[in-house]
Amino acid sequence: MTYSFLRLAAEALRGNTGWQPAWRDPEPKPAYDVLVVGGGGHGLATAYYLAREHGISNVAVLEKGWIGSGNAGRNTTIIRSNYLLPGNEAFYEHAMKLWEGLEQDLNYNAMVSQRGVLNLFSSDAARDAAARRGNAMRLHGVDAELLDTAQVRAMHPYLDFDNARFPIKGGLLQRRGGTARHDAVVWGFARAADRRGVDILQNCEVTGITVADGRVTGVETTRGAIAARKVGLAVAGHSSRLAAMAGLRLPIESHVLQAFVSEAVKPLLHGVVTFGAEHFYISQSDKGGLVFGGDIDGYNSYAQRGSLALVENVMEACMAMLPMAGRLRVLRSWGGIMDMSMDGSPIIDRSPIDGLYLNSGWCYGGFKATPASGWCFAHTIAKDAPHALNAAMRLDRFATGALLDEKGAGPYPNRH
Amino acid sequence: MRIPCPHCGERGGEEFSYLGAADPQRPMADAPMQAWHDYVYLRDNPAGAHRELWQHVHGCRRWLVVTRDTRSHAIAGVHDAKRLRLGDAVE
Repeated sequence: MTYSFLRLAAEALRGNTGWQPAWRDPEPKPAYDVLVVGGGGHGLATAYYLAREHGISNVAVLEKGWIGSGNAGRNTTIIRSNYLLPGNEAFYEHAMKLWEGLEQDLNYNAMVSQRGVLNLFSSDAARDAAARRGNAMRLHGVDAELLDTAQVRAMHPYLDFDNARFPIKGGLLQRRGGTARHDAVVWGFARAADRRGVDILQNCEVTGITVADGRVTGVETTRGAIAARKVGLAVAGHSSRLAAMAGLRLPIESHVLQAFVSEAVKPLLHGVVTFGAEHFYISQSDKGGLVFGGDIDGYNSYAQRGSLALVENVMEACMAMLPMAGRLRVLRSWGGIMDMSMDGSPIIDRSPIDGLYLNSGWCYGGFKATPASGWCFAHTIAKDAPHALNAAMRLDRFATGALLDEKGAGPYPNRH
Repeated sequence: MRIPCPHCGERGGEEFSYLGAADPQRPMADAPMQAWHDYVYLRDNPAGAHRELWQHVHGCRRWLVVTRDTRSHAIAGVHDAKRLRLGDAVE
């Protein structure tokens, strides 16, 4: 069923009795050409692009819960392509271009809103770093503008410009950045993949990966064994656990990242704003709540809840940047488990086991990458080789030394 | 989370600084590159009991080996890292 204004009008006249579920709920087949483990945005996008770009539609997506129950439903919805390193920037810009055409492509309203992403800075050194980043972006054909205090003040007059410790000296603006509705992204990809013949198997947890003679042959699941010659893992947060089922150890630690939303208010904060002095980012959802977050808690965690010390840190950063937020109440907070890689950048690559592919290590940045991650992972699986866009996101970069360390923080996952 | 420091008693987690897994052993200087790669980069990253290094930076400044469940943050044991290395029975 194609969604359109005509369909909406017809259903309105028929009392909305004609709507169908957005995707089927099929029984698992004994075998598929490709299995994608993980029904989050990345896994569903992978299945969609496998079908659309490579004509491989005998594909199943295995999801242990339901679609939208994982990190896809618990993030701060920001999309941007303001990276520094060549191995990252072209990839994230590809994601941004896919976001720009995503809704027409999927025939689904993902509420992509290019309301701008503004990274503030509070010191001369931070301005230099922002200028360098902006220049790196423009060298890749990506929009970036360096704003001074007056220009930032014209956009966001309510920020605390004269904060004694962290005065706002300006910001780096990417106007094409913004937000997308996180749930709608997974629902849209699920529906679009399903329409191309992909089976979405919910409540189907992978409990084992079967390997024979160095080649993957399928997986064991809570809904029975399923055979496939190619298995892609898109289970960020739990990549180490899945890889361990195939005997692999990864350069990844799992950490919890918290996010918060305030009570809903009228339009207040247009655009995404990040605070240069601390790790803090905030935007306002279309529903009206301020959506914001900060750093990871900093120690290995598989608990989907965070510590109060980090809550305090995030609230202090919020008050230093946007004092009026102090009048709002926090409605709820949540924690999601991240794959924190050793250099802060993702891995989209083959694994040492033939037919087993890795899509992992997304750190904080998985949501914005969703379409390009699926697009590149589909290419890597279909062609058994990475695309030029994810050629730098190799697993063996930790052995060769070709790291993608945006922050230059070294092999400490909790510092990225 | 509260960590029972063997020297200072039970303290809030924010007094401590986290390094990472305690089990990787530093290879000898002439060890092959693969051994160094595994030591620097690869981690077990278990969902469950995890032996890890914390420093009590706002207390006694000692390095501690904490055994913690990464699913619940329940702490099963805390030992002074150096005394553990020297083979002393601690606690």
